[in-house]
Amino acid sequence: MMRTYAGHSNAKRSNELYRRNLAKGQTGLSVAFDLPTQTGYDPDHELARGEVGKVGVSIAHRGDMTALLDGIPLDRMNTSMTINATAAWLLALYIVAAEEHQVPEDKLQGTTQNDILKEYLSRGTYAFPPGPSMRLIADTIAYTVQRIPKWNPINICSYHLQEAGATPVQEIAYAMSNAIAVLDAVRERVDQALMPSVFARISFFVNAGVRFIEEHAKLRAMAQLWDQLGRERYGVEGEKHRRFRYGVQVNSLGLTEAQPENNVYRIALEALAVTLGRDARARAIQLPAWNEALGLPRPWDQQWSLRLQQVLAYETDLLEYPDIFEGSKVMDGLVGELVAGAREEMARVAELGGAVDAVDYMKASLVESHRERWRKIEAGELTVVGMNRFTESEPSPLTAGADGGILVVDPEVEAEQKAAVRSWRAERGQAAVDEALTVLAQVARDPGENIMPATIAAARAGVTTGEWAQTLRAAFGEYRAPTGVGEAPAVSSREVAELRDEVERVSEALGRRVKFLVGKPGLDGHSNGAEQIAVRARDAGMDVVYEGIRLTPNQIATSAAQEGVHVVGLSILSGSHRELIPAVLEALRDAGARDVPVVVGGIIPESDAAALRELGVAAVYTPKDWDLNAMMRDIVGLVAERAAVGA
Amino acid sequence: MTHSVPDGRTLGARLKQGDLDVAPAVLNLVENRSPAAQEQTGALLAAVSPAQLGREARAHIVGITGPPGVGKSSLLSRLVAEWRGRGRSVAVLAVDPSSRRSGGSLLGDRARIETDPSDGAVFIRSTVAGTRLGGLAPATRAAASALAAAFDVVVVETVGVGQSETEVADVADTVAVVVQPGAGDVLQFLKAGIMEIPDVLVVTKADLHDIARRAVADLQAALRALGATATAVLAVSSVAPPTGIAELAAALEAHRAGLDLRRRRLRARRMHALEDFVTEYGERGLRALGGRRHAERWLAEQDPDLDVAALEHRLAERAHGP
Repeated sequence: MMRTYAGHSNAKRSNELYRRNLAKGQTGLSVAFDLPTQTGYDPDHELARGEVGKVGVSIAHRGDMTALLDGIPLDRMNTSMTINATAAWLLALYIVAAEEHQVPEDKLQGTTQNDILKEYLSRGTYAFPPGPSMRLIADTIAYTVQRIPKWNPINICSYHLQEAGATPVQEIAYAMSNAIAVLDAVRERVDQALMPSVFARISFFVNAGVRFIEEHAKLRAMAQLWDQLGRERYGVEGEKHRRFRYGVQVNSLGLTEAQPENNVYRIALEALAVTLGRDARARAIQLPAWNEALGLPRPWDQQWSLRLQQVLAYETDLLEYPDIFEGSKVMDGLVGELVAGAREEMARVAELGGAVDAVDYMKASLVESHRERWRKIEAGELTVVGMNRFTESEPSPLTAGADGGILVVDPEVEAEQKAAVRSWRAERGQAAVDEALTVLAQVARDPGENIMPATIAAARAGVTTGEWAQTLRAAFGEYRAPTGVGEAPAVSSREVAELRDEVERVSEALGRRVKFLVGKPGLDGHSNGAEQIAVRARDAGMDVVYEGIRLTPNQIATSAAQEGVHVVGLSILSGSHRELIPAVLEALRDAGARDVPVVVGGIIPESDAAALRELGVAAVYTPKDWDLNAMMRDIVGLVAERAAVGA
Repeated sequence: MTHSVPDGRTLGARLKQGDLDVAPAVLNLVENRSPAAQEQTGALLAAVSPAQLGREARAHIVGITGPPGVGKSSLLSRLVAEWRGRGRSVAVLAVDPSSRRSGGSLLGDRARIETDPSDGAVFIRSTVAGTRLGGLAPATRAAASALAAAFDVVVVETVGVGQSETEVADVADTVAVVVQPGAGDVLQFLKAGIMEIPDVLVVTKADLHDIARRAVADLQAALRALGATATAVLAVSSVAPPTGIAELAAALEAHRAGLDLRRRRLRARRMHALEDFVTEYGERGLRALGGRRHAERWLAEQDPDLDVAALEHRLAERAHGP
């Protein structure tokens, strides 16, 4: 199956995009939701500011879902939804929208990502604490296994673990441990006779990096472990039920902003990792666009990715042979090593009480692996062509266009969606909504009940995404995931030692240690970059205040003022920097910290960077500024300059 | 950002007037190790000393300590909300457990205390531990006594067991040790006399009903065996719906009401001066005073109206001559 991950702005515009993609030969839908929808906030919530319609489509209620799917044959369509914390809700909206199109739920096919652990570990769009989140997952699995037999209720994601720095062994081990936690939770909620069907409905979403031989071995290792897990832990008899099914999005971590055209080759090689051997071939592939490190891909960029899959499938002889690694000593040896390593790491997680209880441990391990990878890049031990080697380049015609080679979402969308959700609330039958929410709250407080029927009733009644999530937040409580940075051991190198001397000198002149606040405003949960910055600043000798993700501008400004920091660093990867950075600057002024310099990092096009500097931002960093030591030197220099303690 | 050192007396005067906005500047000053700043810190502490105020500083200084991971920050979120509900202003000095590595540190504690950022009557500052894991940095002692002149409650939060409560007892009016049910170490430490008996013992995770109740009973039995019947033992739950928080606030207050505050604060100032002296002159300075116990006895004989800087000055004179 071939598809591209797509969706932006509102339901109507995304629907047009889907119809165009289907006309070009795409065979399924992959829906991208915006961050407010993913984290359970309506477009008019304070935290949604700057994020509405940015990284995906805004779906606030049943009306939006119906418009999104208008004219698409849902009885035949296979729809993958990248939705996690609010998966039960979006699935309910999908079911209700299908009803309106006269398609019964048992005919629906598709996937809800619905994997919460990797949200705590990497992606950051969680809404509820781990216990209740696992219950929501178990509820959707129990519901779909019985009512929507062709639905994949969960996609266990190892993809984001690799993005967070996981080694192949960690990726395998944490994904399998995660699957065990989910299956154990479901086992308590369904008839034991259903367990083989449950096991068979679990699919994976993996990552493939550019080391494509090892990556292929990784997939074979996962298939082996999965088969064994089904047989031994869950007593699944049928071989078909134990088959390792996975979809894949190839690596975005390795895509570079420098010489972005090279990413096309990387993507092609990564696609081979998941297709080469038939015994471990992906069922669905999504390829990223070449310019993901620059900003949002345009429709043409996505078409280019789709064409790569079509060349692989229809021009090459890839699909004509049985498994080409059968009997390969090299491949079997690699697989054996990975399986052994993964078993060891799985045992460690089990010792800690399983994947839910081991979140802190896994997060800290990932931060550590990511830092090691970055250290190798900086030291030149790991080559990234065009970035730390072979960096000379002719001017690129690809990024020379007026739009800089990326898609810019119309800023009007947010205002439109805000107005739309307000008029939706005003026009619906409020009594039915109130009643549906009362029932939902009761069901949420009773762990013995399945959340799905009350959720579907709420969707029908016209409840909004924010109302559904707020009802559950009230019942389950709020949650902040671990940052993983606290325990990271210090590293040293000549450059870091030099930095430390400079930090020491400036601290001495200031009278107290240079203090640096690293903040992530808004709903963007991609914290890997911010974590690496925080750890490196610590290694360079600074006192670092890092509070994790999802902070309002007001929270950041209050922390900066109360903590008496000398400099503030903000990281935003969702494209909402144009709204959020000015808001933080304003909040800093209000908090009496107007003189504290602010630096910004993220996927920020040059035209936006210039505008931010104009507003008073001291420096803007993008993925091409991969040398963290250089960034630290800048930041210490900035503190010295502002305090007039220059060298 | 200016690099000049603010005037300690002015900051002290603003604290005396109850100006809470000055808290960040106070912390920036007391954390500043330059000689000029240390001098101004002395002036600040003198300006808010009982001799100047005409009484002990108003705040209830509460020490909250316990092993890592027992839920101190969640508990603190609830306690701060409780105090705010009663109209009290609150300053939290969170001593981060992460030891210094490579000179730098990662301060993550404030993230775990949930408050309303627009509430000007709540101040939170993360501070780095002193030389020992969980030990108090000199700045924390100075900050606690200074902020006590303006805030209704000043919390010093530290991590550890066996020593942290001893150190925090030098600063705080009331010390609460937080433990989780099933953790036997605190019970063992209590029985073995390794840890000082706290003023209040808090058992978290009361939502685990029976286990929490058993932990409370075990601790009460151990305290009875030690004859420490004055220590309140309470079970609290910080997860929704929270329980036991109002009772805890009441227990802390009851302890403070029964306290000879002047005596406890006087001892705190003397210990503060001694710690500052040790930071400045080290073990060698301490030996010149005839050792720690001797120095403490000598301090106990000094004029009770002396402020911290004056006491430290006298210690220095005694050790090294005028």
